[in-house]
Amino acid sequence: MTDLTRMKVAQARDALRAGEVTSVALTEACLTAIEGADALGAFVHKTPEIALEQARAADARIQEGDAPSMCGIPMGIKDLFCTKGVPSQAASGILKGFKPEYESTVTSQLFDAGAVMLGKLNMDEFAMGSSNETSVYGNAVNPWRRGNDDAALTPGGSSGGSASAVAADLCLAATGTDTGGSIRQPAAFTGITGIKPTYGRCSRWGIIAFASSLDQAGPMTKDVRDAAIVLGAMCGHDPRDSTSVDLPVPDFESMLTGDIRGKAIGIPREYRMDGMPAEIDALWDQGRDMLRDAGARIVDISLPHTKYALPTYYVIAPAEASSNLARYDGVRYGHRATLASGEGINDMYEKTRAEGFGPEVQRRVMVGTYVLSAGFYDAYYNRARKVRTLIKRDFEQAFATGVDAILTPATPSAAFGLGELQDADPVQMYLNDVFTVTVNLAGLPGISVPAGLDKQGLPLGLQLIGRPWEEGDLLNTAYALETAAGFVEKPTKWW
Amino acid sequence: MSIDTGTAAKVAKLARIRVEPDHLPELAQEFSNILDFIEQLNEVDIDGVEPMVSVTPMRLKRRVDGVTDGGMQDKVLANAPDAREGFFAVPKVVE
Repeated sequence: MTDLTRMKVAQARDALRAGEVTSVALTEACLTAIEGADALGAFVHKTPEIALEQARAADARIQEGDAPSMCGIPMGIKDLFCTKGVPSQAASGILKGFKPEYESTVTSQLFDAGAVMLGKLNMDEFAMGSSNETSVYGNAVNPWRRGNDDAALTPGGSSGGSASAVAADLCLAATGTDTGGSIRQPAAFTGITGIKPTYGRCSRWGIIAFASSLDQAGPMTKDVRDAAIVLGAMCGHDPRDSTSVDLPVPDFESMLTGDIRGKAIGIPREYRMDGMPAEIDALWDQGRDMLRDAGARIVDISLPHTKYALPTYYVIAPAEASSNLARYDGVRYGHRATLASGEGINDMYEKTRAEGFGPEVQRRVMVGTYVLSAGFYDAYYNRARKVRTLIKRDFEQAFATGVDAILTPATPSAAFGLGELQDADPVQMYLNDVFTVTVNLAGLPGISVPAGLDKQGLPLGLQLIGRPWEEGDLLNTAYALETAAGFVEKPTKWW
Repeated sequence: MSIDTGTAAKVAKLARIRVEPDHLPELAQEFSNILDFIEQLNEVDIDGVEPMVSVTPMRLKRRVDGVTDGGMQDKVLANAPDAREGFFAVPKVVE
């Protein structure tokens, strides 16, 4: 039965429609794989009853000939998505016990299309982290290892559980969210594909908010075709999110022709960082050659404000987080601290938040509070918003010269060891997002595609950045890159 | 920029997060490091640049100003740490 879990979404869809497999069989195979994979720390709330009920309903729909692409496909859902009646706590202690009375728009759409939920997936607390080490559930672990070394590696973050689960074939696909790289970095660390669509493509309604002007949901899948299929089911206009765009959703899968002849691919010189490992540099060069060989035109471009993207992000994201996370006060949901006699409501707020939030979340909420406080608002927050305008303008100017997509490395390194950055300055961890965070600040679509292995046998990814709303074209370029790279390696099972 | 323990304590208070006094020096140091990193932004010429309001230029949709939801007190209170007689209950606020 384990072979079933190795299926891709497109393959499973075709087999389901042809009656060669049932959703119940697929789902049971995934549930068995999940039961045997606790060492990965990927699934933190398992929902086998819901999964089997949804699978039976999907099989009935398929029998009736009413089967959208996602019908019967077993998926994992990041813990950041509110799922009705199922714990949804953003991997935070402050939302312990919280069971939403409603369903997020993205998961509603997936379930309406017939997708099956196997459970909720691990992540960094409130999506703040790049290694999945800030989770209240404990670490998610990368199924990949360095050769024969059994040191546990990070699957990346914040969507670390999603990445680990897809890479280890515990589910056919997973949802992720990306505020500064949280889909693309873990996808690169685990040898899978992850796309963050244009800001506004996926509704944010019912997704626990971190930084509202940057947060976007997207799929994490085993290949580009699956990313096209799952993205199509996740996005679309939602009146309950005022930033959700009212544009038709194209059939992304039908746009995967692999023909990129005549496309202009920009190579931004500012992404060649000092101290970048030679293997990443070499992979980037190979990616450029692959796209050229496929008929694309390679153009050197400049994105001059790139080096200011991370400091801009570390003003804007904490500022928005401090505002968004103000709602966790121990009154309406989640954890409330036990009070000593004589303690009042301010003690309740302060103790509740000190007990419920982990150190990284506390740090970011306080940094956000500081940059928004009287006297510093202009010096930090407004300045960062102006630099953000310049970062976006860099991309607009590149696209105005006719560039169709931009090729960069996805991450500055391969997956690192869990605990390796534990005693480092938080800023060291922030550098993980150096290639991805510009895309969130500019609201653009970005995709990470696995493109090779480093000398230790760990996967490395390349990132393609597209024009706003042109995910279909971006996916097609990614498809050409995927075809040329021919990455088919899988982690050796040790869990 | 160097943050002192007094400023760290003030920020913690504003953020409504209890920080024990013996932890304040460490917190102040972390803030200082992060702010040092952020201060690179002072190098950028931002004269005449508008601060970003919306990453995607869009006019927010309007809807009729009518009641579209409601009548679900039990659901609203279902996750409350303390709810009584249809209300959220909190420690005494007024003496």
